[in-house]
Amino acid sequence: MTVLKAESLSKNFRRGGLWGGGAALKAVDNVSIDLKEGETLAIVGESGSGKSTTARMVMRLIAADEGSIHLLGKEISHVRGKRLRMLRKHIQMVFQDPFASLNPRMKIVETVGEGLRVHQPKLSKAERRVRVAQTLQQCGMDEEALDRYPHQFSGGQRQRIGIARALIVKPKILVLDEPVSALDVSVQAQILNLLKEIQTQQNLSYLFISHDLSVVQHIADRVLVMFAGRVVEQGTVTDVFESPKHPYTKMLLAARPIDYPHERTGKDEIAEVSEGIADTGCAFRLRCSNVQDDCADFDGLDQSDDPEHSYHCLHPITD
Amino acid sequence: MRHTPAMLHVQDLSLTVPIKGKQVMAVDRISLTLEPGRVLGLVGESGCGKSITAQAMLRLGEYQGVLRSDGDILLDDQSLFSMPENELRKVRGGRVSMVFQEPMTALNPVFSIGSQITEVINLHLKMNKDDVQKRVIQLLQDVGMQDAESLLDQYPDTLSGGMRQRVLIAMAMAANPEYIIADEPTTALDVSVQKRIIQLLRSLQQQKNLSMLLVTHDFGLVAELADDVAVMYAGQVVESGTVEQIFDQPTHPYTRALMGCRPEVNKPGAALPVITGQVPSPGNWPTGCHFAERCPLADMMCQESVSLNAWSDEGHQARCVHVDVASPKPSVSDEATV
Repeated sequence: MTVLKAESLSKNFRRGGLWGGGAALKAVDNVSIDLKEGETLAIVGESGSGKSTTARMVMRLIAADEGSIHLLGKEISHVRGKRLRMLRKHIQMVFQDPFASLNPRMKIVETVGEGLRVHQPKLSKAERRVRVAQTLQQCGMDEEALDRYPHQFSGGQRQRIGIARALIVKPKILVLDEPVSALDVSVQAQILNLLKEIQTQQNLSYLFISHDLSVVQHIADRVLVMFAGRVVEQGTVTDVFESPKHPYTKMLLAARPIDYPHERTGKDEIAEVSEGIADTGCAFRLRCSNVQDDCADFDGLDQSDDPEHSYHCLHPITD
Repeated sequence: MRHTPAMLHVQDLSLTVPIKGKQVMAVDRISLTLEPGRVLGLVGESGCGKSITAQAMLRLGEYQGVLRSDGDILLDDQSLFSMPENELRKVRGGRVSMVFQEPMTALNPVFSIGSQITEVINLHLKMNKDDVQKRVIQLLQDVGMQDAESLLDQYPDTLSGGMRQRVLIAMAMAANPEYIIADEPTTALDVSVQKRIIQLLRSLQQQKNLSMLLVTHDFGLVAELADDVAVMYAGQVVESGTVEQIFDQPTHPYTRALMGCRPEVNKPGAALPVITGQVPSPGNWPTGCHFAERCPLADMMCQESVSLNAWSDEGHQARCVHVDVASPKPSVSDEATV
């Protein structure tokens, strides 16, 4: 069952120009997402690829210029005010920086319990406190945390608190924006385990934004690769990681750090900077190893005949 | 007479940091040697003391109240701590230079790229104006910047993160240093850019036979670049050896646990091994082994302080009294959650 379906989302930002007169930047261009119950869909891409903007659009934190969003079967892209707040019961967000995303002046019991004030206003203060304690416990924190402030916790503990805050209203979907990138690897392992555990217990769906391919390979079922605001490839983690079709995906995978020193290739040339993004046709064509003349006119449509593994490339990688 | 190669030695260095008005020990008698042509990876998680150690190599931490309480840093047998400020300034950016983590903040936004590199050259090398200009262009070309000439008059805000990091590396190379201190040089960059910066650092290091201290939390970066490795935990080096020794035979329980919890070495989807508890903060270190309270092997013996050579094998050392002599791996089963 699909819990979240976004179709043809687009978002432009104005850039430059004191009066907003600069050219529009297509931050997200025609992106569609289909998230099923109980699964983890990862969005990967480098900075500026539009992955966080996409997440913020489906959360309705920013408005999409075009496209539709269906949450649990209901179109939500034009819902406002109180109804929008009510919808947020179903979709909650966990942010990257556990240091910046908790209000330093609020006790943990208040921060985590805030969602309950909106979604279950009839609960008494004492009942709320019990619910907060239970949710914190699910996230591996004990009751002592309730009356403390964020600065009294480490990064990993704050991320647990951030997860508890999202979970307390019993959502169906968590949007996780780089939830482990600010953490040390030992702490990252704890948080990834926690996310897996909670997902299984509550049959949650995750939209998992990350630039870290190892983390994605570990936690996700399906993956959507973005480049310059567009989806370039989409499929199961196994398909995309083992037989990437888009040259960009292949390049990303090849750029992963090695795991052991004996994997060093020894070929070191000082590669020149190549960071160009083409304005027309395939945006990746300026750096692509498979580029041909027709890439300049590419319309960006899916070229696969496999709905489970799509790629937006005229000259895909063949094995 | 045999020529002894130049070296940068950190000898039993202890550093204190100000916490709530008191100086608290944050680095505990650490020793490191930077040798010509070799890259030493200093690995550890946040708060282990690796960055303040790196900054101490140029006596930079003092401006934030990080003070030496013991030990020394020797550059060719001369102590950096007894060096007068004007000589120290010649060393900084001259013989020893630094590449910082944040390419977005390490460049001055109000000076052009050309003038920032020129400044370093003028400070350390005697050259006429034309030669300086040529050198700046050459340095930018060396780090892979196309069209170096047109970059001279540009300002940092026009460059991407990867290009800024290249400019910083060009600046670090400007005065022909012998030593480079690189503190998380790729952390803030995208994966594909990271790989290019890694290749750039490695080829420059090899071409010029540089000695590098690579400070990082990332074992992937260590695997890519380091020849030797020192693993830090709570202010101490807990294991050191060549990069092959550390990766083939991680010996200290902390190193083993830390390497084992990386998602890339585990089966996708499987629960990751974790290290229970938290790193003790400076001032709260246990008296014996700093890792004891999180270690599955800990017992009474671990309450006494442990030296780095408690276990050693061909230069590979581990600060642990529970390494079985017969089998160099601590006697904990691989399946056990550390």
